[in-house]
Amino acid sequence: MLKLDNVSKTYRTGTFGGKQLCAVRDVTFEIKDGEVVSLIGESGSGKSTIGKMILRLIAINEGTITFDGLDVGSLKRGDLREYYRKVQGVFQDPFSSYNPIFKADRVFEVMHDHFYRSMRQKEWTAKIHDSLESVGLNPEHVLGKYPHQLSGGQLQRFLIARALLLEIRFLVADEIISMLDASTRIDVLNLLADLKERDLGVLFITHDLSLGYYISEQAAILYRGCIVEMGQTEKIYDNPIHPYTRMLMASVPRLDKKWEDVEIELRAKQGQLSDGCVYFERCPEHQRQTCCRDDRPTLRLAEEGHFVACQRSGKEESS
Amino acid sequence: MSLRVEDLTVYYQTLRGDVRALESATFSLADGEIMGLAGESGCGKSTLSNSLIRLAPPMKHIKGRVILDDQELPIADLHAMNEYRFTEISVVPQYAMNAMNPTRKIGKMAEELLRSRGIDARKALPELERRLDLVELDHDVLKMYPIEMSGGMKQRMVMVLSTLMDPSLLLADEITSALDVSTQKAVAKMLVGFRDREIVKSIVVITHDMSILYQIADGIMIMYAGQLAEKASTETIIHSPRHPYTKLLITSLPKVGVKHDEVRLKGIPGNPPLLLDPPTGCRFRERCPLAFEPCMDVPPFVEIEPNHFVACWKEGGANA
Repeated sequence: MLKLDNVSKTYRTGTFGGKQLCAVRDVTFEIKDGEVVSLIGESGSGKSTIGKMILRLIAINEGTITFDGLDVGSLKRGDLREYYRKVQGVFQDPFSSYNPIFKADRVFEVMHDHFYRSMRQKEWTAKIHDSLESVGLNPEHVLGKYPHQLSGGQLQRFLIARALLLEIRFLVADEIISMLDASTRIDVLNLLADLKERDLGVLFITHDLSLGYYISEQAAILYRGCIVEMGQTEKIYDNPIHPYTRMLMASVPRLDKKWEDVEIELRAKQGQLSDGCVYFERCPEHQRQTCCRDDRPTLRLAEEGHFVACQRSGKEESS
Repeated sequence: MSLRVEDLTVYYQTLRGDVRALESATFSLADGEIMGLAGESGCGKSTLSNSLIRLAPPMKHIKGRVILDDQELPIADLHAMNEYRFTEISVVPQYAMNAMNPTRKIGKMAEELLRSRGIDARKALPELERRLDLVELDHDVLKMYPIEMSGGMKQRMVMVLSTLMDPSLLLADEITSALDVSTQKAVAKMLVGFRDREIVKSIVVITHDMSILYQIADGIMIMYAGQLAEKASTETIIHSPRHPYTKLLITSLPKVGVKHDEVRLKGIPGNPPLLLDPPTGCRFRERCPLAFEPCMDVPPFVEIEPNHFVACWKEGGANA
């Protein structure tokens, strides 16, 4: 349904825009109907940039994003509106998604004015009620309130309900539960899982690996704008191949296992990249090879449904 | 016994009345112990930590005592506490990364901080550099401005500054929350290193992330809506909790290896009560699946097994 093809994004930085920062490099993946794909990476890995490019909040430099065969980058006016009818996003901070001066339901009114101008008020209210109930909120409890009167979990579900008012087929969920409390975040996560039953595609952007495992079939690990490992979630988690993924898996705090003593490389990330592997500087010395410095590895099949971008993959697993 | 808190009660004064953010907290912390303090946002964990170091208005000390190394701290007196801050009790605040003065170089800031405590910065420099090595920071950071450092670097720098006077107790408020997993792990390990090297005697780690506590804490204390709910060793809290809130909280956490179509985790229905006018009795009552008649009264925080405290009528009440 949604397809990214060699997408790259370069930001201009510096006082006069003289420097370049490559946030996303040659990212290619596909999300099918009813599929949840986790995009996992640390801060600065470009995961939010990918989400924003899909939502057309920022322009793409290279490559194409297509939705049902339509090039998203070239959509104009009417077509763009139709696109937003089908593709919506929910973001990390529920509190800053609302204007504190207005009641929270204003997000629905805006929807009405924009997409359903001809719909009668009565019909519209019924639609809102339906949508709120489908995200597990009681309309009587939450309508007519100001954002500060609702909890983070309620606000976040409100935003999902807003997206569901449209004939939505794809949702970009950018860290939507990282600011919620433990006791409510799982409900929002379950809600996301239920959306799958409606044949909705979801791009779940997160830095929390256990959340990614809970909800998604497919996962992609992102490092400095490159996908370093991608494939079926179980395969990546049970058999991480890329040294970065391994390091990530070893440093995630877990409730069932204590940390092993793995050396963590704290060296600051260097500004400019060579042509080689993005992980070259942090890769453990004994795993590096000379070709790592000069050639950027591409994603290759390691086993069925599991791709890795590392020179060492595919070759004999040693040491 | 390095820290003893007795019946500590702190309210926030607002125009609409007192917000009862911390109610009758009684607990102790052993020498060399790292205690995790966990709970949902608004449960009073930061209030507890702040009242130990800087109980400033609108916070109001209602009652209770804090005893650190056999000395009672004058927590209600902002000025008198100055003598103890940094030397006896120190804090790495939440959002520590943004707590540094952006117009001062790190070294200058450290110097001013030391001078305010009457210490010659030049004499303290070798020790400062030794501490920087400990957290794997380059000595050159002293010549840098905060803006030149990454989040993890700033966090480690604040840790060094906060512990420079070898305080007895360190309060670490959400220090790993905003960091990447790899940096998070390194910072958490360094915190343990500070205790192991006896730079600080004991540490209170405040966080909402239970999995971090499982990695580094010796004991965990769970708070709910301004009251202590349960305190026990880390293993006990994670594997055999007794308070219904702790039980629900632990089972709601997703773990690697758990998928939604195999095991569907459940959250805790409802919301925490507003502390402006909290319900009488057990504050978890309305969300608790086990609530019964006695819960109309506040359950005492009692020791049901050695070193395992629970405030619940179903668990501790029978023995009390």
